Amino acid sequence: MSDFSSALSKALYLLISGDAALMEIIALSLQVSLSAIALATLIGLPLGSVLAVARFPGRGGVITLVNALMGLPPVVVGLIVYMLLSNAGPFGVLNLLYTPTAMLIAQTILVTPIIAALARQACEDLLEEYDEQLRSLGAGTGQIIATLLWDGRTRLLTAILAGFGRAIAEVGAVMIVGGNINHVTRTMTTAIALETSKGNLALALALGVILLALAFAVNAAVMGLSGTAERAAHA
Amino acid sequence: MFLSRTFTRGCLMLAALVLSLTLASPRQAAAKPFIILQSSTSTVNSGLYNFLLPRFTSKTGIEVRVVSAGTGQAINNAKNGDGDVLLVHARSAEEKFVAQGYGVKRFDVMYNDFIIVGPADDPAEISGLEDASAAFKIIAAAKAPFASRGDISGTHKKEMKLWKASQVDPVTASGTWYRETGSGMGATLNVAVGLRAYTLTDRGTWISFKNRGDFKIHVQGGTALLNQYGIILVNPEKHPNVKAREGQAFIDWILSAQGQAAIAAYKLGGQQLFFPNAGTLSSLPLTGRD
Repeated sequence: MSDFSSALSKALYLLISGDAALMEIIALSLQVSLSAIALATLIGLPLGSVLAVARFPGRGGVITLVNALMGLPPVVVGLIVYMLLSNAGPFGVLNLLYTPTAMLIAQTILVTPIIAALARQACEDLLEEYDEQLRSLGAGTGQIIATLLWDGRTRLLTAILAGFGRAIAEVGAVMIVGGNINHVTRTMTTAIALETSKGNLALALALGVILLALAFAVNAAVMGLSGTAERAAHA
Repeated sequence: MFLSRTFTRGCLMLAALVLSLTLASPRQAAAKPFIILQSSTSTVNSGLYNFLLPRFTSKTGIEVRVVSAGTGQAINNAKNGDGDVLLVHARSAEEKFVAQGYGVKRFDVMYNDFIIVGPADDPAEISGLEDASAAFKIIAAAKAPFASRGDISGTHKKEMKLWKASQVDPVTASGTWYRETGSGMGATLNVAVGLRAYTLTDRGTWISFKNRGDFKIHVQGGTALLNQYGIILVNPEKHPNVKAREGQAFIDWILSAQGQAAIAAYKLGGQQLFFPNAGTLSSLPLTGRD
């Protein structure tokens, strides 16, 4: 298929020419997904670490539930958020449907369980190692959690990056709650879906290549930053 | 406590990041008036709006945000009040929408036509026919692959009507030669090309569709294949959030001489995709109305 080679050259051309429409779409995708990741991290890390440390009845059930929610289908999340934000739904008065904020909400719901579940596992593994030591120091629960989060930061970073991968790549949720409105809620993935449905396969694939490059750049930046921080810490 | 201080600082930095990212959304800050148009996918995929809407916006200052969904989904979204104006192509469903009080009034906007496309070698030998139902009957008898939208869109409703007229119930063959994609027109065309299956499509989507392979138009021209688009203001009495003034301004403009001329002026590869017919209802053949 000649589509592959023409997709690559199209992707390069779009990037180099700084296509205005493309830049707008990239900016929105990053804005929504990075915000969602930040929010999901704020909710997911504390949730995951508390689940790792706290002992309460039904804990196993909660952990299984959070793990299961990692498999939430984006289209289902989109549908639920649509029904909540619809003018016929309970939060219709907020007028959030078909806005970037609606997409942010949907992606946060999608990603929080991933970060919480992976954080819980990371913290629990560390806790096994540290338990006795922490107890002998007489550390309180808050201190234990802080220690686990700090010492487990590399693994937690991976959890956050896994969440980012999910957010930037999903199309089902943002399509429903964002509506793929040109200049308002069109993201990389909804643009790819649109171009595919127009039969513009080469352009769709070119956008896919750019999306991959974007994900690579974000991952590389995060790994680079954390590596620098790590070296600085041990210097 | 060093550790918890680091942790708190991390949290604060994240919170600041969230705030800066969400507040930095320039589009939302703009106070420019806008309406939401719930539209069938066919008009979106054809590129018509990219041509029409800047003209309307520069005249009125009202931005039109188009949500593209199959006619069934678009009507449902509009029923929920998630849109100000509805532009779709399934006349009976549109009239029901108005009769149930969800819409104010329905107006004809424009039309084009449906066509049956399929592989160049035409395995069922339907090429040249004008009668779509007759063609469907031949396809069914030959058990030639056929890709259906299967999504209660305007095109799907038209297809079911044509099957009914052909006295074949294709749904019993679903999964064999009859394939229901449950997706939009473009996605279904991609499937049809992949399966070398016949499919019913509107001409606008077909002309703008790029992944045609060797596919050709085999059936066209019959009055039963007429594809009429209608526009409706969502009823502000049902949903007070509806921007009735701005929505009506858009409807008035698209039905005006200027709007209608703009529709006629939209061409792709030298071909006109939509034919304006606001207010000329009676001149259309009755059989083609849907």
